[in-house]
Amino acid sequence: MSQPAVRVRNLTKQYPGRDAPVLAVNGIDLDIRVGECFGLLGPNGAGKTTTVEILEGLNEPTSGEVEVLGLRWGTNGREIRERIGVTLQATRFPEKETVRELVTLFRSFYRSGLTCEEAIGKVALESKLNAFVEQLSGGQQQRLAVAIALVGDPELLFLDEPTTGLDPQSRRQLWDVVRDLRDRGRTVLLTTHYMEEAERLCDRVAVIDHGKIIALGSPAELISRLGGDHIVEFGLIGDGEMPPADAFSGLESVLQSRLEGDGGYSLTVSEPHRAIPALLAELDRSGLPLARLTTRHVSLEDVFVSLTGRHLRDGDSESTADAPRTRRRGRSRRAG
Amino acid sequence: MGRSSPLFQLYLTRLREFYRQPARIFWVYGFPILLAIVLGLAFKNRPPEPVAVDLIDGDGASAVETSIDTYNARLHSSEGTKNVRRDRPPILVHKLPEAEALKRLRTGKTALVVLADAGKSQPVTYRFDPTRPEATIARRVIDDVLQEAAGRTNPRPAEDLYVTEPGSRYIDFLIPGLIAINAMGGGMWGIGFLLVNYRIGKLLKCLVATPMPKRDFLLAVMGARLTFLIPDLTILLLLGKLMFDMPIRGNVALILLVDVFGALAFAGIGLLIASRTSTTETVSGLMNLVMLPMWLFSGVFFSAERFPAAAQPFIQALPLTQLVQALRAIILEGAGLFDVAIPLLILGAWTVVTFYLALRLFRWT
Ligand SMILES: Nc1ncnc2c1ncn2[C@@H]1O[C@H](COP(=O)(O)OP(=O)(O)OP(=O)(O)O)[C@@H](O)[C@H]1O
Ligand SMILES: [Mg+2]
Repeated sequence: MSQPAVRVRNLTKQYPGRDAPVLAVNGIDLDIRVGECFGLLGPNGAGKTTTVEILEGLNEPTSGEVEVLGLRWGTNGREIRERIGVTLQATRFPEKETVRELVTLFRSFYRSGLTCEEAIGKVALESKLNAFVEQLSGGQQQRLAVAIALVGDPELLFLDEPTTGLDPQSRRQLWDVVRDLRDRGRTVLLTTHYMEEAERLCDRVAVIDHGKIIALGSPAELISRLGGDHIVEFGLIGDGEMPPADAFSGLESVLQSRLEGDGGYSLTVSEPHRAIPALLAELDRSGLPLARLTTRHVSLEDVFVSLTGRHLRDGDSESTADAPRTRRRGRSRRAG
Repeated sequence: MGRSSPLFQLYLTRLREFYRQPARIFWVYGFPILLAIVLGLAFKNRPPEPVAVDLIDGDGASAVETSIDTYNARLHSSEGTKNVRRDRPPILVHKLPEAEALKRLRTGKTALVVLADAGKSQPVTYRFDPTRPEATIARRVIDDVLQEAAGRTNPRPAEDLYVTEPGSRYIDFLIPGLIAINAMGGGMWGIGFLLVNYRIGKLLKCLVATPMPKRDFLLAVMGARLTFLIPDLTILLLLGKLMFDMPIRGNVALILLVDVFGALAFAGIGLLIASRTSTTETVSGLMNLVMLPMWLFSGVFFSAERFPAAAQPFIQALPLTQLVQALRAIILEGAGLFDVAIPLLILGAWTVVTFYLALRLFRWT
């Protein structure tokens, strides 16, 4: 039990970029325990796919050590492949194959595994058994990819953004697949942009940004590390000059104050019943009328935003440096 | 090889993927057949087309008309007899006022305008553009008719023998070329383009993440390619045989062997093209770069020997040239294994070199 399912030490990956080399993974250490569901979170271009593909043996690291199920890619590649399952971020399967044919094909690669029907049943695609791939919706194709990853009955399953583009019901179905695997003692490593998914599904998460792990722990730990338990969000009427975010950071029981992209403010608060009266008094004093005010519990998304300074799905900008600039632009448009 | 072996399943997948794509089937089978039929009919031996001329309505016009009518009548009555010169076409005459005839000549509606003075020994004028081949033919034909009508005799009897033997017509030349073109297209599309598409769709990555033996994947793709060769070859040979009465003088097994060698050489080139390429644009460009020179120089549609001697070493080194020549030698001349040993060697060399390079360069991700 002592041996982790995945062990990574000082992993780096450098791509030859157009102008300057891109350091997609910049020194990652990671231990994923057997039987846990581990989530990798991070904005676009953070290095999640690169990291996962190195673990899957599909990409060569520039430096660092990787052990998967106690084995190394260089010497035991074939053995590792027998024991892992991989779902890539968006695979295009041949259009004119049926679901059953494709799963049968992939089953033939493994010494042991599920039957074709079992694998398809796990992702609830039984009704599409004889449909061509081209007749499946995007979400159904995604589930087919998961069925294919499951057909070898893997000890360790990699899922790169498995639920992107799925409807809520399909997403829940996929969560059940993951929980079922975990209940059977299997290990799952998934990447996602959905905080809710990570909170509900993952035993532990790592937040990656710019190729580095900036936070690691269970969702509850990360949330409590943020300090406050509550978030107070409010907006002001009028498009005159907005007070800066730190105008509110000194209020009673406010731990952190941030300006949101939509022109509203977001306060991390330990005791709402003290912070809100203080806020109202402050607004009254400076003659700023309130447009809206809501409170909610801290979520992993808030952790993420406070760590990286931006939302997980902030635009789709490739360059991570763009995101804060976008927000400033949003604010000045409002102000002017 | 069991039903559940990776090799068998991969092979099956490839076959299904092909025969379930009607559009692809058309391009592989339908298109060469259409090409053969269209070109075969276009170059079929036929009686010559009638020659049309404009005759200026004047004093000598009716005499000219009479001569031409007599000529046409004689041509008609002697049809099928041996001593009629078959390059002599019937003549169609339009009698028109001068201004209109000249206008038709200027605007290209007629190729030749004839003006004859009255009387058998009076001059005749032909107006035409000498750069238009049909005009010079018409002039020659009409002039012969008029000169003979005026009393010229041809002292030396002449006979034309036309070559229409099966085996030496254009269609016989063309069909082995189309078989070779199919082998080339199969290697480019069925290997090169296919693998690049798999790479773009991340399917290669997805496959290589499983314990699938890589060798089995490549063997299955190659096996499927060689399997498709059989219908390719059968259809074109049958078309030639049944529709155009093309002779198949050599051994069919040898034809298949040569075709397999050709297909392997092109599969190697396709694999090499696909070894690193990861966009459709690049692979299309590379495929054109490979195929275009061979379409032009390898003697599929007209003989490669027409090109200058300096270009011949290059042309002869092209795999398509060797494949076309070997297929023609077997099908049309009944060549045996030893006669096609050199083409087989050259194709084999292409196969070995391209596979060696491609397998070293090939990227799965
Ligand atoms: N083949 C490549 N060549 C060059 N740069 C690359 C390559 N693949 C990825 N990168 C760069 O490496 C960085 C990390 O990319 P990666 O795909 O790992 O991000 P990600 O976290 O998976 O993002 P997303 O959430 O958008 O999937 C990005 O800046 C990307 O531009
Ligand atoms: Mg990614």
